[in-house]
Amino acid sequence: MSEITPDLVRHLAGLARILVTDEEVEHFAQQLSVIAESVATVNKAIDADTPSTSHPIPMFNVFREDVVRPSLTQEQALSGAPDAADGRFKVNAILDEE
Amino acid sequence: MSDLIRKTAAELAGLLASGEVSSVEVTKAHLDRSAAVDKAVHSYLYQNPESALASAAEVDRARAAGEKLGPLAGVPIAVKDNLTTTDAPTTSGSKILEGWIPPYDATVVAKLRAAGLPILGKTNLDEFAMGSSTEFSAYGPSRNPWDLERIPGGSGGGSSSVVSSFQAPLAIGSDTGGSIRFPAAVTGTVGTKPTYGAVSRYGLIALASSLDQVGPVARNVLDTAMLQDVIAGHDPFDSTSLPESLGSMTEAAKKLDIKGMRIGVIKQLSGEGFQAGVTARFNESLNLLANAGADIVEVSCPSFEYAIAAYYLILPAEASSNLAKFDSVRYGMRVEPNENATIERVMAATREAGFGPEVKRRIILGTYALSSGSYDKYYGAALKVRTLIQRDFDAAFAKADVLVSPTGPTTAFKFGDKIDDPLAMYLNDIATIPANLAGIPGMSLPNGLAVEDGLPVGIQLLAPAREDARLYQVGAWLEQAHENIWGKRMIDFAPELEVG
Repeated sequence: MSEITPDLVRHLAGLARILVTDEEVEHFAQQLSVIAESVATVNKAIDADTPSTSHPIPMFNVFREDVVRPSLTQEQALSGAPDAADGRFKVNAILDEE
Repeated sequence: MSDLIRKTAAELAGLLASGEVSSVEVTKAHLDRSAAVDKAVHSYLYQNPESALASAAEVDRARAAGEKLGPLAGVPIAVKDNLTTTDAPTTSGSKILEGWIPPYDATVVAKLRAAGLPILGKTNLDEFAMGSSTEFSAYGPSRNPWDLERIPGGSGGGSSSVVSSFQAPLAIGSDTGGSIRFPAAVTGTVGTKPTYGAVSRYGLIALASSLDQVGPVARNVLDTAMLQDVIAGHDPFDSTSLPESLGSMTEAAKKLDIKGMRIGVIKQLSGEGFQAGVTARFNESLNLLANAGADIVEVSCPSFEYAIAAYYLILPAEASSNLAKFDSVRYGMRVEPNENATIERVMAATREAGFGPEVKRRIILGTYALSSGSYDKYYGAALKVRTLIQRDFDAAFAKADVLVSPTGPTTAFKFGDKIDDPLAMYLNDIATIPANLAGIPGMSLPNGLAVEDGLPVGIQLLAPAREDARLYQVGAWLEQAHENIWGKRMIDFAPELEVG
């Protein structure tokens, strides 16, 4: 039984903003099902009381001095943008025309 | 071929300091080597000879003027292409960033410049450092100088092949699950993943932020130590950067004494699944250590059985979030569909065209692991396994000062062998992943050649967090012991590359 169906791949790819072809959907569904089944074995190792670790070396309250220092100019910040206008990033319409 | 390219970084530093050679000469020798061999090896994604020579000339001028210089000043270096550089395109091996010139230098790059190391170029990697072979680079794979039909390891196969083909004495790598150590093992070179936070990640294009660590790559342990000393240190731009100094790795590499040291052999990282020649050389090194007065103990880390599974949940989860920034707005590629090009459709079309298959696979997997309904079963469970792996290490380090294992299960495999079987590819990382999950330092160094194929084998050393110096102390001793037995450095057994 395959947990990751083609429909699920299409849904996840949509959430991740990646267009996928029908061929890719089939291929990924197969591969990801095998991977998902394999990685799900983590559940065999743990119980409800096992604490979580999100970060290998715990650190708390990391601050630096709050001082003004040189930063990127507007021009530098925009230098890699595919499109810019009037000192801003330029993007396509946010909303559909309909 | 200039004999300068076969010298170690420490030797070059000595020649530079005494004025016997100039940095321009040393840099030129390495650039010439690249011109002769990199068509075949493909270590570099980008080189700018003029800029490297200009940096070298500047160091020569400073030295002539009597300015105080660092120990590696004038020794050239190659930098993995997932570290930002203001004077060179930075792609992270991806089409989506093709041609991008970052507006700032990574802290590590800034440190190299300040220490006077001319940057020879940017080295190849699997796209966004996802892979074990460089076959997932959008710009074609790098090749292993020991056998051009074989992989140089990954993701840092550009950095491992650049030092093993004598195009650079030093390189910078990054290690998220073994991307410095596995390439070192299969190319007969040395690479260290320092303690998490020992080297700044500022300007490293993040793959998985809680696992990524920048580290040194070289052909011997002393050079690797000297390079770690240049790039380590607290960085206020990286909130996970360790505030304290870990001491001098260079000093540790010069001790050459292991008497009384407790060396722990990890039971779960040997035997089944490891190539016979890898295991044989590993056992020989254990004997060497024991005969020299080290105390060999067996340690058990039962949770390592689940390390790969936990890693391939945590990594995709973090990567899916980190790679969301490639959205066609601030940098990189933008692809506009023919009709109804709303920003959402532009993003999806851009990411379809800009990302390769492994990156898409991992983003989709990570999105799944984090989605409501599967979070507890996948990402949440993996975070708990991470605790168990840390506990296993804690228990092991109560019995041993340093742990050892083979670095990878096999010697370098051939191109194409694992490209369409993600799970088989992931198994390469079985011995290296636990260190990233626990944040501890690890090193791979040459451990002889496998009898069955004549290819380099690596041995991995692991130490508790912040005890990176132990790796250099034991590593340098072991390297010396091997040289005594083999009669020369392991890298000197590599076949001559055809020049032209």
